Amino acid sequence: MEAAGPDVIIANATGCLEVFTTRFPRSSWQVPWIHSLFENPASVASGIEVALKALGREDEAKVIAQAGDGGTADIGMGAFSGMLERGHNILYVCYDNEAYSNTGFQRSGLTPKDALTTTSPAGPTSWGNLTRKKDLPAIVAAHGAAYIATSSVGYPVDITRKVKKALTFTGPKYLQIHCPCVPGWGIESAISVRMARYAINSGLYPIFEMEYGKITKVRKIKKEDLVGVEEYLKPQKRFAHLYKYPGGEEHIKAIQAAADANIEKYGLLAE
Amino acid sequence: MKPMFGVVVQPGTTRDQKKTGWRIYRPRFKQKDCIGCLDCLRSCPDGAVYQIDKKKFDSDMDACKGCGVCADLCPVDDIDMELEEQQ
Ligand SMILES: Cc1ncc(C[n+]2csc(CCOP(=O)(O)OP(=O)(O)O)c2C)c(N)n1
Ligand code: SF4
Ligand code: SF4
Ligand SMILES: [Mg+2]
Repeated sequence: MEAAGPDVIIANATGCLEVFTTRFPRSSWQVPWIHSLFENPASVASGIEVALKALGREDEAKVIAQAGDGGTADIGMGAFSGMLERGHNILYVCYDNEAYSNTGFQRSGLTPKDALTTTSPAGPTSWGNLTRKKDLPAIVAAHGAAYIATSSVGYPVDITRKVKKALTFTGPKYLQIHCPCVPGWGIESAISVRMARYAINSGLYPIFEMEYGKITKVRKIKKEDLVGVEEYLKPQKRFAHLYKYPGGEEHIKAIQAAADANIEKYGLLAE
Repeated sequence: MKPMFGVVVQPGTTRDQKKTGWRIYRPRFKQKDCIGCLDCLRSCPDGAVYQIDKKKFDSDMDACKGCGVCADLCPVDDIDMELEEQQ
């Protein structure tokens, strides 16, 4: 918000962000802020953007849509795709805590492989989430979005910079912010920001920027910051089964391989 | 106000909601070895940390929820988490 300035209109989906910022009868928002449904902030924001244009007032406010990973990658995907396809001048921000947290941590399309959620149980015969994390930035890029970036609460300055930069582009823009979920991931609140940094510094959550479909910048991992994926996995209860049942080592190896592949693909290692 | 289809609430009103009762631990800024890296200030989820001087920080106890993020991040261990009762 600090980065977007006061002249914004926000369409917000149902989810943790909406719940914790608007404990009825209060609200922490100090800008026009509309909450409609879980699945449609992209449509609401599209309507606002078009209305501003029709009134000739599009220079007076920027339009931002916000939703969780479930609201974006799953149930709101159609509305979001429509917003991208029509080319609205909107910044869409996805708060990616890797599950439907607000309703008790059910699996979403952005839940990583092997993570325990209430709908992807883990035990002696099951390894949690069966599928890999959906590559949402690539899907957005395929729509021809002007600007795409990933970021993380591990590095708040990076978020502010990217919000500012995104708003300099005309057309649809997408920002995906990795946010640890304390109860869902099963971690102590104190280590949440450190966990977010491990996700980046292990290569599991690549931080990059794309302009018109081309990667223009990546956040490099400094040599002294580089960690193995276990640093990230071990403290989290959602990955505890990988350490409990025989065969877990193979899964951890596969996760490390995925992180290494990211490091290679995006060129994440600093010289 | 009885909500029916939509409700409008007053903006910025969560600010006066104090989080004192949420805490089990509270941070104590020792203000001894601080190097002024700003990590606590930038990473506090509730914006409770404020700057007094270049290398001197403290936390607003009306806004702090006692999560411990600041103490976990501080590179020089200049923030302690202490049980509320011990205060
Ligand atoms: C059509 C519909 N189905 C289900 C719900 C219940 N619901 C509200 S928020 C939510 C999950 C939100 O998950 P996500 O978008 O990832 O946001 P988070 O809570 O994790 O921030 C669900 C299932 C709803 N509000 N509307
Ligand atoms: S304990 Fe948490 S809320 Fe309190 S000052 Fe530290 S980071 Fe902020
Ligand atoms: S994190 Fe520690 S060293 Fe850095 S500014 Fe805060 S108190 Fe000072
Ligand atoms: Mg979520």
